[in-house]
Parts: sequence; C-alpha cells; structure tokens
Amino acid sequence: MNVKFIEKRTMMGEEEMHWALRRISHQVIEDNPRLKKICIIGIRKRGDILAKRIAEILSELTSWDVNIGVLDITLYRDDLTTYGPKPLIGPTYFPCPIDELPVLLVDDVIHTGRTIRAALDEIMDYGRPSAVKLAVMVNRSGRELPIMPDYFGTSIDLTEGEEVRVNILETDGQDSVKIVEVKIDNE
Amino acid sequence: MNRKDLLGIEDLSKEEIEEILKVAKSMEEILERPIKIAPTLRGITVANLFFEPSTRTLNSFTLAEKRLSADSINLVSSSSSVLKGETLLDTAKNIQAMEVDIIVIRHSIPGAPHFLAERLDASVINAGDGAHEHPTQALSDLMTIRKKFSKIKDLKVAIVGDIEHSRVARSLIIGLNKMGAKVFVCGPPTLIPKWMDIFDVTIKYNLEEILPDKDILYILRVQKERQEESLLPSMREYIKYYSLTYERLRKFASSKVIIMHPGPINRGIEIESRVADSEYSLILDQVISGVAVRMSILYLLSRKKIDENSN
Repeated sequence: MNVKFIEKRTMMGEEEMHWALRRISHQVIEDNPRLKKICIIGIRKRGDILAKRIAEILSELTSWDVNIGVLDITLYRDDLTTYGPKPLIGPTYFPCPIDELPVLLVDDVIHTGRTIRAALDEIMDYGRPSAVKLAVMVNRSGRELPIMPDYFGTSIDLTEGEEVRVNILETDGQDSVKIVEVKIDNE
Repeated sequence: MNRKDLLGIEDLSKEEIEEILKVAKSMEEILERPIKIAPTLRGITVANLFFEPSTRTLNSFTLAEKRLSADSINLVSSSSSVLKGETLLDTAKNIQAMEVDIIVIRHSIPGAPHFLAERLDASVINAGDGAHEHPTQALSDLMTIRKKFSKIKDLKVAIVGDIEHSRVARSLIIGLNKMGAKVFVCGPPTLIPKWMDIFDVTIKYNLEEILPDKDILYILRVQKERQEESLLPSMREYIKYYSLTYERLRKFASSKVIIMHPGPINRGIEIESRVADSEYSLILDQVISGVAVRMSILYLLSRKKIDENSN
C-alpha cells in the first residue's frame, strides 16, 4: 500500500504566516492588560517552533517575563494502537513552575481536539495554571471534543481525502500552509 | 519494537535495545515531575508473579506500573497456591483468565518465562529465570552506563565475581557485546563457566590484574550458598583474593573508574563499604534507571484493545 500526498493549493505563505503570528500576539496582549509573566508551551512538533516565534514577538512588544516550554503528548494519547510499533516520545520541558501562571498553549493545527485534550491533561500533571489559552495556526473543522482555539491564524473546512499541512522553515524548509490530497494506491 | 514478550537480551537486536533506552529517557522525565504519573497504560493490567524472593525488582516493576497508571496485582510464591501444589501453567492460566495483559515473572527454573510466553496470549516479561537471564536489570545497567559516559561502545567493563550462577552477568555480557563494549570477566576458576568462550570476553583470574584502565567495575554478589556446594573454599579466602577494597581500588584502578553492583550488596564480602559508598559508586543510579527502563518496556509491549482510528 502506497500513500501519496498531492499538493492541491496553498492557503498561506511566509508573509501571511508572519502577520498571523503578529496578530495573535497582539490579541494576547489586548486580552491581558495587566500581565507580568506568561508561560508559552508549544506542542511538538511544529507547535514548539510557533510558540518560540510568538514568544519573540511578545518579548519585543511587552516587558513581560516570557517563558517557553515544550510538550510531547505521546504518553497522553488516547490512540496508542493495538499491535505495531509505538510512536517515538520526544522531550517535554517546562521552563518554570506553572502554578497560578497563565499558559498559552500553541499548536500548528486543531482538528479533532484530541491532541489538545491530551495536552491539557499533561499540563495539569505539572501544576495548576491560572488559565490556559489556545493558539493555533490552522483551525480545521471536525471537532470530536468541545475544545475551541482562543486565537487562530486561519480557518478551513476540508472535504474527505484532504489534509492540511503546516510547513515551518526550521523543519520543512519553508513557511506555508498547504492543502494536500491523500491518495492511497492498493497495488 | 514489535514483539509480544521480553524474554532475554539474547533475542533483542541492537536497534531494539537502543529504542528501549531512548524511550526510557523520556520515562525518566516523568519521574522528575511534581506529579510523577502519566495515564499511558490506563486500562492495562499487569500481574507480577514472583516465585523467588525479590525486593528490588518487584518494587521497581510495581512502581513502573503505577507511574504509567496500569493496574497491577502481585503474586509471591510464599502466599500463593503454588504452595498447595498448583503447576506454573495453571497458576498463569488462572491469572490470564482475570484478563491480565502483561505478566512479569521471576522463577528459579531457566526458561519458565519462555514456557509461559508460548502458551499465553498475555505479554510475558522475564524478571529473572534461574541462572539464565535477567534482561531488565541488564537494560537498566546499560542505561546507567549510557547516562554516565554518553556512550557504551568501546568502554572497558570488568565483571567480577560469581559469573557461573549470575543471570545478571549473563544478560549484561550479551548486552555489552551487542552494544560494542569490551568485556572482561574475573573470578575464582570454579565460578567462571566453561561456556564463556561463546561470548566476546577476556577472562582473568587475578583481580589485581583486571583492575587497571577499566571504565567500569561491575561487582557481583557472592551467593553464600555457593560455599556449601564446595565451589569456594571459604568466604575468607574469597575476600582475600576478590573483594574490592578501597585500597585495591586506589592502588590498581583508574581514578575515573565507576563501580556498579546489581544488589543486594554483601558489605565487606565482594565489596568494601567504603567503596560502595564512595564517589565512584553508581549503585543508587542503577535503581533509578531500573524504574525508567521497566516503564519503557511496559509501554513498548502494551497493546491496548481499541481500534486503530486515530486523529
């Protein structure tokens, strides 16, 4: 069985992603007028890089104490499959105790909401943040849990067989959001 | 890693050992959290069947199971129907009938875990079978070594003591060979097995000859019952020739040498207290690695009974 991804269209380019992150950062500032310290946690992989970029913008625009962490949710997944190899587990790192601190959770795409559910559970095992907000680059429809992003770059609705890809310069060589078609050859 | 059971280091490929150690590193991170628990094995039931006394291994497994939210039951032979004459297979089948997913077994008969693995649907983990293998101990030792030296390949490791009766030594030698370390063994001739030449090891009978320029000295426990089997003339003689004293250590070994011991320690017999408690000793680090490695193995072997429709 061969799985092929055929590129269909580009939703966002480098420029659009840059402005989306700045817009999200501005919204975060607007919502938190009296904030002094924040913890920004990115979900591996790609969410952690977006988190770093948001942290850079917030450090530039405010005098907040901005702390960056990274979360790997593998051990909290609800789909650790029956047989077969297990997904690799990446590092999880919290920069400071998160008790009574606002946490901004960052991921590239929200779709079913299950990843965010896992991330929330993992965060709660580290402490009791005063609030958790969610920022994503792509808000994709198809939620299976009552979880919504507080900030997002763009919103999309996909048909069956379509997938969204968020590419990041550091890992994929370019900044872009693309829609791809999944083709399965059964030969 | 795609296998049902973990029965010995012998069956594992180098890549599988690497994977277990890599996952164990992530597990160690859980052990450092304020709340030391992850929900990974929720709904998985583990039975620890210990037909031989054990504190370290049993507690290490039990803790690893709890840290990953598995349910576990312990069956130790002194309090079970084994005393009433039940066979091993019957005991295990009864345990399996209780919908147990993973069985951790320690037994005095070599091959007992393999016997069960062939006959049960549950995954079987060997927690020590006679003088055959003790894979989880060897894997945690490999993890301790990797953490200390950031590598295993080309390290010079000397294993000292009763090699013949030690499942720890056997598993560790196989593991070290697979990972490319240089292995030396040392002990009284009566306790060095004849089949040693199937492994890639250098044998020495004189402790003072083996001590120089080693990275790690792995001291084995002297099993007192061996003296009754006339394999040792006397404990005093063993101490005289093979005990790792502070004096010997300073005189012959490298100043950067690391001491390891699988426990339980016989202070003053195979190792002097001063050595066991010295800055050279990694004995307590071995215990911490033990929990992380067992968590890794439980995770890699677990098979949740749910569909594969993921997001």
